[in-house]
Amino acid sequence: MPKIKLPTKSPHIDMTPMVDLFSLLLTFFMLTASFRPQEAAPITTPNSISDKSAPDKSIITIDITKDSKIFFDMNKNGKTFDKTGKEVADTATHYRRTLLEKMGERYNITFTKEEKSKFDNVTSFGMPIANIKRWLHSDKPKEKEALQVGIPMDSTDNQLAMWVRFARLTNPNAEVIIRGDGDADYKTVKKIIDLMQENKVNKFNLVTNLQKQEAKLED
Amino acid sequence: MAEIIQEEKQEKGGRKKRKKLSTDIDMTPMVDLMCLLITFFMLTTAFSKPKIMEITMPEKDTKPDPKTETKIQDTRTINILMSGDDKVYYYNGLADPKKPPLPQLIKSSYSKDGIRKMLLQRNKTVFKQIEELKTKVLKGELVMSDSTLNRKIKEIKKSDKASPIILIKADDKAKYKNIVDIIDEMAICNIAGYAVVDISPVELDMLKTAPK
Repeated sequence: MPKIKLPTKSPHIDMTPMVDLFSLLLTFFMLTASFRPQEAAPITTPNSISDKSAPDKSIITIDITKDSKIFFDMNKNGKTFDKTGKEVADTATHYRRTLLEKMGERYNITFTKEEKSKFDNVTSFGMPIANIKRWLHSDKPKEKEALQVGIPMDSTDNQLAMWVRFARLTNPNAEVIIRGDGDADYKTVKKIIDLMQENKVNKFNLVTNLQKQEAKLED
Repeated sequence: MAEIIQEEKQEKGGRKKRKKLSTDIDMTPMVDLMCLLITFFMLTTAFSKPKIMEITMPEKDTKPDPKTETKIQDTRTINILMSGDDKVYYYNGLADPKKPPLPQLIKSSYSKDGIRKMLLQRNKTVFKQIEELKTKVLKGELVMSDSTLNRKIKEIKKSDKASPIILIKADDKAKYKNIVDIIDEMAICNIAGYAVVDISPVELDMLKTAPK
């Protein structure tokens, strides 16, 4: 029996086009990516049919967790418009820094330059103002997390109201976004909405998950 | 590198034959890494933008003036009351302790056959008109931009003078989810007029005696 001679084929595949494509895709995604900000607490937002996207500039975000802790966040920069009316990114204003200065004045706490720039680069926080310094200086994630007890909102010490007021004074155009956990008490949400209305905010954006639903009329 | 190898070979065997060097580089690790990175970026970008639901609250008047207060017809009003344990009730008209009898609370639910069915029934004319308009646009019988369509829908909502006006009220036991669900129902049913308002003491009493 003659031996069946298999043609010796190279097992290599030319991967160059594939790599080319991958590089392109990778560059595209890297450039367009805007990262999800680190969450201070896990929040499961309720569902709705709304497919409007949240604005990403000039916003004040209030987080409400399941156990009704409140977190506050404000954009570092706002948005401005150039001569032609086109929206441009505003990098000159430092809203966060100004906000912290104003809050410090109100509660007699002086913040150093280093602390202010640190505050510029963090996201949402939830703690009494007295603990902000400690939180900013802390390097341990565990300690940081332990400090996040929510912003006090009692009638005797309403710090959230102050944050909101000074945030509104710093950036009057900021839109308010409420990101509440579905299981949070309506009582807390209502308190926050009332507080906002006292500060002349009547339009709210509630963060929701998109879930399509259909309605049909039965005859 | 290539030079050195060649020299070694020549020294060893003293042969003049040059070995053909492969120009292929093993790209597998690079491709692996790229795949991972792409997956990572794709997943993080797709979910980064949250969706929002807009809601405008009626302006709080510190000194309500009875002259400027908006009057709404009792017959058009539907009140939706929400309480803990996902309970939802509704009643028609106005609950005024001075004008007994108080309206009867009707138990409903957040499901498709609950509050939505009732709202659709009450909002029939407006809902039908909007649906007709939307299907016409979808089928291509009417060509208009999204903004014109939205404007037309708004016009339809405004023109109807008999569509219901919903007052959404929740007590302290209700969850945030409940209120979002109800506001969402308003959007689903194309309700023109609705507002989230404070619950009154009368209604709290009504909730207490409501059917379980």
